[in-house]
Amino acid sequence: MTLSDLHPGEIGIVKTITTKGPMRRRMLDLGLVPGTKVQMLFTSPVGNPIAYTIRGAVIALRQDAANHVVVQRIL
Amino acid sequence: MSRSYVVALGGNPNTGKSTIFNTLTGLKQHTGNWPGKTVVQAKGYYHYNGKTFELVDLPGTYSLLANSPEEQIARDFICFANPTATVIVVDATCLERNLNLVLQVSEITSQVIVCLNLMDEARRLNLRLDLPLLEQQLGIPVIPTTATTGEGMAELKDAIARIAMGQLRPKPTPLIYEPFLEEQIKALLPSLSRIPANINKRWIALRLLDGDSSILKEVEVHLNEQ
Repeated sequence: MTLSDLHPGEIGIVKTITTKGPMRRRMLDLGLVPGTKVQMLFTSPVGNPIAYTIRGAVIALRQDAANHVVVQRIL
Repeated sequence: MSRSYVVALGGNPNTGKSTIFNTLTGLKQHTGNWPGKTVVQAKGYYHYNGKTFELVDLPGTYSLLANSPEEQIARDFICFANPTATVIVVDATCLERNLNLVLQVSEITSQVIVCLNLMDEARRLNLRLDLPLLEQQLGIPVIPTTATTGEGMAELKDAIARIAMGQLRPKPTPLIYEPFLEEQIKALLPSLSRIPANINKRWIALRLLDGDSSILKEVEVHLNEQ
């Protein structure tokens, strides 16, 4: 499953990132490295982007980015 | 007239960077909270110990490598403008998120100071920060501050001045990559010999290996200016 499959309140652990280049770099810079805990907070009114808590900051990710973050749901 | 020292001010968004800028320079630079606010470089001056320091407020970024306009401005300034010192403002309540940028900057320049801001917030949250250990592991001076109250501002000015005078020489812990990458860096360095000595060639080589062609364009612009 990926970040975009998490429901509000659910927590996942990053397993891998399935994209290359600048998007991958951006996600690593936001703290999405393997082992990072991410909580899904809520979606915007139209469902995209989605807000997540990543290493102490609330970050909004577009669905096309969230689709590339493979996670394991733990909660 | 004495020369002025150029000091770059970088940091993640929402770390109080612009407040630090205003406190140091006394300028009323606008502080707001929307993305890319500080896209145009704001500059200000302050005096300390009879010397003039020119402070350049860089855009708030999480990284120097993802090539957004803000990140390119910050990256090019730190890499090519040769500031006397670069101060990275870090959110003390959110250290691990912020240290990514510290690492990236310290890979470009050793003339770097970590300004650990929002210390009042960190205390309110009962966070205990081992500053000597942080300094030791980074190899970079760490100055705890609360810009809104002025806490640590004198110490920050003092650290900047001591770097400018050569009395303080940070030695950032070097990042050594995997052997195959280190070999590639070594192989590339001879072809970068025309790049002026004040530019970190190892870092340029790393960017080229990263497939970042925008850095080549900047190097060319810089060479033509010389």
